Amino acid sequence: MDVGQLQRRLVDYTASLFREGFLDDQFTQLQQLQDESNPDFVFEVVSLFFDDSEKLLNDLTIALEQPGVDLKRVDAHVHQLKGSSSSIGAQRVKNVCIAFRNFCEEQNIEGCVRCLQQVKHEYALVKNKLETLFRLEQQVLAAGGSVTMME
Amino acid sequence: MESCNCIEPQWPADELLMKYQYISDFFIALAYFSIPLELIYFVKKSAVFPYRWVLVQFGAFIVLCGATHLINLWTFSTHSRTVAVVMTTAKVLTAVVSCATALMLVHIIPDLLSVKTRELFLKNKAAALDREMGLIRTQEETGRHVRMLTHEIRSTLDRHTILKTTLVELGRTLALEECALWMPTRTGLELQLSYTLRHQNPVGFTVPIQLPVINQVFSTSRAVKISPSSPVARIRPLTGKYIPGEVVAVRVPLLHLSNFQINDWPELSTKRYALMVLMLPSDSARQWHVHELELVEVVADQVAVALSHAAILEESMRARDMLLEQNVALDLARREAETAICARNDFLAVMNHEMRTPMHAIIALSSLLQETELTPEQRLMVETILKSSNLLATLINDVLDLSRLEDGSLELDIGTFNLHSVFREVVNLIKPIASVKRLLVSLNLAHDLPEYAVGDEKRLMQTILNVVGNAVKFSKEGNILISACIAKAESLRDSHIPEFSPLLSDKHFYLRVQVKDSGSGISPQDIPKIFNKFTQNHATANRNSSGTGLGLAICKRFVSLMKGHIWIESEGLGKGCTAVFIVRLGIAEHSHDSGHHFIPKLQANHVQASFSGLKVLLMDDNGITRMVTKGLLVHLGCDVTVVTSGDECLRVVTQEHMVLFLDLSITGMGAYEVAVCVHERFPKRHERPLLVALTGNTEKATKENCLRAGMDGVILKPVSLEKMRNVLLELLEHQAPREVQ
Repeated sequence: MDVGQLQRRLVDYTASLFREGFLDDQFTQLQQLQDESNPDFVFEVVSLFFDDSEKLLNDLTIALEQPGVDLKRVDAHVHQLKGSSSSIGAQRVKNVCIAFRNFCEEQNIEGCVRCLQQVKHEYALVKNKLETLFRLEQQVLAAGGSVTMME
Repeated sequence: MESCNCIEPQWPADELLMKYQYISDFFIALAYFSIPLELIYFVKKSAVFPYRWVLVQFGAFIVLCGATHLINLWTFSTHSRTVAVVMTTAKVLTAVVSCATALMLVHIIPDLLSVKTRELFLKNKAAALDREMGLIRTQEETGRHVRMLTHEIRSTLDRHTILKTTLVELGRTLALEECALWMPTRTGLELQLSYTLRHQNPVGFTVPIQLPVINQVFSTSRAVKISPSSPVARIRPLTGKYIPGEVVAVRVPLLHLSNFQINDWPELSTKRYALMVLMLPSDSARQWHVHELELVEVVADQVAVALSHAAILEESMRARDMLLEQNVALDLARREAETAICARNDFLAVMNHEMRTPMHAIIALSSLLQETELTPEQRLMVETILKSSNLLATLINDVLDLSRLEDGSLELDIGTFNLHSVFREVVNLIKPIASVKRLLVSLNLAHDLPEYAVGDEKRLMQTILNVVGNAVKFSKEGNILISACIAKAESLRDSHIPEFSPLLSDKHFYLRVQVKDSGSGISPQDIPKIFNKFTQNHATANRNSSGTGLGLAICKRFVSLMKGHIWIESEGLGKGCTAVFIVRLGIAEHSHDSGHHFIPKLQANHVQASFSGLKVLLMDDNGITRMVTKGLLVHLGCDVTVVTSGDECLRVVTQEHMVLFLDLSITGMGAYEVAVCVHERFPKRHERPLLVALTGNTEKATKENCLRAGMDGVILKPVSLEKMRNVLLELLEHQAPREVQ
């Protein structure tokens, strides 16, 4: 495949991510921060996000499995997750986190549990998508193209 | 009495005869003595007499003759021998002298006679000279008269005055009885009596031009004597005079400027002449003298010259009058045109406003409608409405712009703006359409392209958008490559653009933008027409292509206003095309000038903010957000220190930190407490870092709490680059509490 086609695939894919709501404008902001002095900024942030989120999700799972659920702690974790996901632009994750927090406020443990599942699901999805995205980028870069300001 | 040997016997002297002889001799002697005396007397009187010697001789001769006759007195009576001797001596002497005189006279008399001849000759000569002197004097007088006449004639440029003056002066100088001027009529077939000296109303007399006498006068430049009875001379009725005075006629050439060539004299062929007729007083027996004729000829010539001058003057006055009229007419026309333009502009402005108001209403309300709950069909309809009204609004704008551009009344709004963001915005705007058509849009900004530039941002964006839009419109598939760089000098002197001679200077640079698409292309013969108004590429115009055809025309004008050039290259239909334009932009200076009137939402009027090295402290316990915010601040050039808790923050913070970013969502020691502590530690305002809160909470209470805690600003998450930049700028400029959405 030539550069043009690879680039095109990348563009399409990125467009689809935005279209489907996986990513929002904040992700574009991140891309803007990437320049020569910081060539892997997005990748680093996203990787950090993955690590951080996995830890958080684990903690949440453990917390909700406890007999006496400490909703305050759960709320704190979800708050964290919400912050992180919103700062990288993982829109769907963020939305679920908002709903999660609402359930926490309402002291609705069932709702929380359901939300947790949802969060995990969304997280898995977005992780998958982002990893594919990075792979495509690598391919384009390997083929000699540039990834500047793609859609 | 003695007897003598005389031949005749002496008879006894008659007493009477003797007496008479005696007396006669006495008188002769007297006469003879007195003549020399008289001669001597008169010669002495006269100054010049060349023949004194002759006179002496003559005198001697006469004296001796007289002496002889005197002595003869004594011989009548008896006389002594002495007397006889004296008598003889006297006679002998007399004989000698008289012979000598006679001989002398032979030489002298011719001389004397020739003196006489010479005298006669000289007298004749003197007479002749006198005559000539008389002539010269007359001529001089004539000359004077001519000069005076000429002066009189030439002192005026009015035709009638010239002619009248001529006649009057001629009449006076030559003491004429009548003087008349016959001018040729318009048809050229007749001579009409135009001016006379004494005859008051010379009207109606015409004479056919082909008369022999007239031909005779016209055929020579000299004054010609004509008969007093010829038709041209019969001006006044003969009032019983016996002999009419002599008449002279002379031609007066009527010169036009075109008759004079540079090197030749006027030809005779197409000449018009007037006839001047001069009549001497009748009964005066005066003749026309030569000098008078010459005077008349000279005057006639002078009149001709004066008339031509007058004609030239008349023509130039006429031309000037015509020009004045034309000027007035032109002025009027110009004012009318200006009024028309004003009226048109007013009309356009009014119509524009009238058209825009409903348009805005439609667009605004359709947009609002879009936000509400709609069925898919309804949504489709509303979107179509919106799209159409947007198109219409664009059309109205285009038409108004174009008419303003053509007037030359359009001026660029020069300002400093972010060049890079212009391109990004264009790409953002074109994204949706391009992705629908599955077109790949890529932007390539050169490394040395400055981030900020001085120019008209809105119109530059309009131009780029138009060009890119065209590329997208006419491509069904493929990719669109937008590249922007600084135009180098060599590329500026392209063969494409022979008229374009850019001036390179320190304050400006030339931006070269190239948009290459792989679409339907343009055939070479259509390329020149592309920039014309209202023309569309007919080969590709189909139902789906919308637009007025004005876009590229407007772009071209904008580009020209920006002292640039735009052109399109295409290898043909189906081979895509490349649009290139070069515009001149100013180089932005690094200053804070336009930072004062700062509105965060607008992206125009940006100044390169010199945040480089700005020491900031960031407190955030969430790794991701911390990393993102730090990345933001680093991108802006700040020197960022990160802390993860309130304690650490208070430990690390110093006076050197200019800004302190506090994330409100941290656990543990809250951001408010940190803020309070910082205030306590650095009571003086200029020592303290600025405190900025970062929060995702939109509640009003949060803002109030922040401000109460002493925060200098609040930023709502998610933070964009622009937002952060704006906040920093404002804070650093104003050092005043602000809240930023």
